[in-house]
Amino acid sequence: MDLLTLLLILDSTIRLATPLLLACLAGLYSERAGIFDIGLEGKMLAAAFFSGAVAYTTGSAWLGLLAGIGASLVLSAVHGIASITFRGNQLISGVAINFLAAGLTVVIAQSWFKQGGRTPQLVGDARFEPITLPFADAVKDIPVFGVVYNELISGHTSIVYIALLLVPLTWILLYRTRFGLRLRAVGENPASVDTAGISVVRLRYIAVLICGVLCGLAGAYLATALQAGFVKDMSAGRGFIALAALIFAKWRPWQALFACLLFGFLQAMALRPDVLEQYLGFKVNAQLLDALPYILTVVILAGFVGKAIPPKAGGEPYVKER
Amino acid sequence: MTTAAPAIELVGISKAFGSVQANKDISIRVMPGTIHGIIGENGAGKSTLMSILYGFYKADAGEVFIGGKKTAIPDSQAAIDAGIGMVFQHFKLVDNFTVLENVVLGAEEGFMLGTSISKARRVLKSLSEDYGLNVEPDAKIEDIGVGMQQRVEILKALYRQADILILDEPTGTLTPAEADQLFRILDRLKNEGKTIILITHKLREIMDVTDTVSVMRAGEMTATVKTAEVTPAELAELMVGRKVRLTVAKKDISVGEKILEVKDLSVKDINGVERLKGASFDVRAGEILGIAGVAGNGQSELLEALGGYQKATGSVTYKGAAMDLSGLVSNGQDRRSNGIAHVPEDRQSEGLIMEFMAWENAVFGYHLDPEFRKGWLTDNAAMKTDAAGKMERFDVRPPDPLLKAKSFSGGNQQKIVLAREFERSPDLLLIGQPTRGVDIGAIEFIHQSIVELRDQGKAILLVSVELDEILALSDRIAVMFDGRIMGERRPSETDESELGLMMAGMTKDVA
Repeated sequence: MDLLTLLLILDSTIRLATPLLLACLAGLYSERAGIFDIGLEGKMLAAAFFSGAVAYTTGSAWLGLLAGIGASLVLSAVHGIASITFRGNQLISGVAINFLAAGLTVVIAQSWFKQGGRTPQLVGDARFEPITLPFADAVKDIPVFGVVYNELISGHTSIVYIALLLVPLTWILLYRTRFGLRLRAVGENPASVDTAGISVVRLRYIAVLICGVLCGLAGAYLATALQAGFVKDMSAGRGFIALAALIFAKWRPWQALFACLLFGFLQAMALRPDVLEQYLGFKVNAQLLDALPYILTVVILAGFVGKAIPPKAGGEPYVKER
Repeated sequence: MTTAAPAIELVGISKAFGSVQANKDISIRVMPGTIHGIIGENGAGKSTLMSILYGFYKADAGEVFIGGKKTAIPDSQAAIDAGIGMVFQHFKLVDNFTVLENVVLGAEEGFMLGTSISKARRVLKSLSEDYGLNVEPDAKIEDIGVGMQQRVEILKALYRQADILILDEPTGTLTPAEADQLFRILDRLKNEGKTIILITHKLREIMDVTDTVSVMRAGEMTATVKTAEVTPAELAELMVGRKVRLTVAKKDISVGEKILEVKDLSVKDINGVERLKGASFDVRAGEILGIAGVAGNGQSELLEALGGYQKATGSVTYKGAAMDLSGLVSNGQDRRSNGIAHVPEDRQSEGLIMEFMAWENAVFGYHLDPEFRKGWLTDNAAMKTDAAGKMERFDVRPPDPLLKAKSFSGGNQQKIVLAREFERSPDLLLIGQPTRGVDIGAIEFIHQSIVELRDQGKAILLVSVELDEILALSDRIAVMFDGRIMGERRPSETDESELGLMMAGMTKDVA
């Protein structure tokens, strides 16, 4: 394989891994605090629609992003109220959010734009444009490094760089700060946090809202950066793949990055069956390639990839004894 | 010193949970630099009172004075600020955090952790030396023993500069030696001027370490007395509200033939870890063999294997015939029909079905007997009549067969299980933790029932973590540690300190 083909595949790996990574980190904050969230998918979808719709209407991708985050935050708040304040079942609340988002986005899109449940194509400033990093042009003739810098590292949209920066940021926050210590504690043993004089409810709401912001970023990226507009069900199970990646990563940020890159790579390979055929020497069924990330998801969720111990208090509402 | 303001004064504290009045108009004064005991039966309201003081629950009425100053304690942070530290019965530690992280949690300085951790390391070192609270700062909680976990809880409170330390049933999971060590630490804390409140239901602890003791009964404070001026029997009477016999009367009877013979019994758990490692002993007719040991040293697995719901290896002979140790469902049924009764350790998960009514629970395991059947249907009327009789004879309160098991108090739940198992007049009784979470009044009754069964010439295997209970009831005592029997003693030939050493794995019996 020549360097350029490899770079192209890795380049699309990064692009496809970005929404997974954002959703995966979103889930990480929520689940580390003890709130399981299978509603990542729904939040992403709602964010994708509202960012697409607002970006089209205002002509600004950034306003679209804000609208997407807003929509996702509303659903996060619903999940928070159901599972923290009212101590409901977190799985049921998550499922409800997924259904709500899947149905509402299409209905609103149809009544708003009358294009069969999609938004019109986004053009110009309504989409996030690739950013050319400094010196990308200057170094592009340097062998290997120059090409890699120019083709692979430079030329992504700003959300991609935000997502990548969030990985070390999350790591520092989780393991090196007061907030992280408390967040991890509240997911393991909320009573320890409560008796230490810290509000369990407040901590968990903060975690759930961070989750909402990150899902909003992920959804907006789908509609206004990866593609040009919203289409029905465009999240396509990415919220669940992100959950699988989270389990695969055992709820740790760096491992989450690698898990998401692996899934992104599989999705990228599905787009280039020709490359695979060239190297394997036979044609791989396209449907099988498309299905690979989902198959891996099932395998991970079924627990074939080592023992993943979730945060101990995850999924359980906090009730003082008695 | 007599003029000093009380470290803590509670005035008129009341608290209800639904229709249950947990605390009724309670007033108490705790003087600084003393160890103040609060004793009472389970459900008397001791823990509720202390949880109110620590801001964990909100009182419905009443006032709190700390050091003579009226203080509102709406949450735990307010209690911590007022210099109160609490060591709960169930530790509030994060298992996969290090000791340091647990100490720092909630008392961090600034947003970044680095400085907090290094300060905690320094402070912990000097606190450890000052009070003999030995811990490993970088060990994870899940890797250290309960004794050290408890010291971490105490250090957590001291790190927050607590002057008043509340300990709720601190010795429940400790070996006698660990408990002694704890009491030495408490003494040292007291001498440094700290005030300590010790909540317990064990009379001996109150007598050994406290200066003053308050007695609670059914949500009310019935007395506060100087420990030196009161006897254990008087305290027990204050707790229960009537005279209680603290010793068990036993007839001298001659032991009969071997009923149960256990050889090299071993059990592995689902992870393949050996929990029971080749236990051998026998039980004869007319004797109680007591198995002593700290919880989690293989006693549960022993009972489960003998009860027939845990696969085991080795050999067990019952009345001369080999027992099936496969742990299959049929085992339990076979054992019952052959006269083996089993009162499991955990009545709520193994002994009863909490959502089912008393009459159903009183017949489980024997529901296939002909007297409870009408053709292929069950004879519910017969079962209810039978249950009502059992509840009458075993003094279950209230004696209503239609109440759900969960509506009874711990002691009465236990009596339902005992009635079911005892009334079959079994030849062998397996009984685990017969009085765990049971009031002193009910304990007296349960102990008496067990001894009566023995006096009828039945064989009894008693497993208990309460050393007092083992010493009071057993004809022979076997001590378990780490899945092994460390040795056997007669109660007349041993004492608590020797048994305590054996429970900690130290003995001259085993090479």
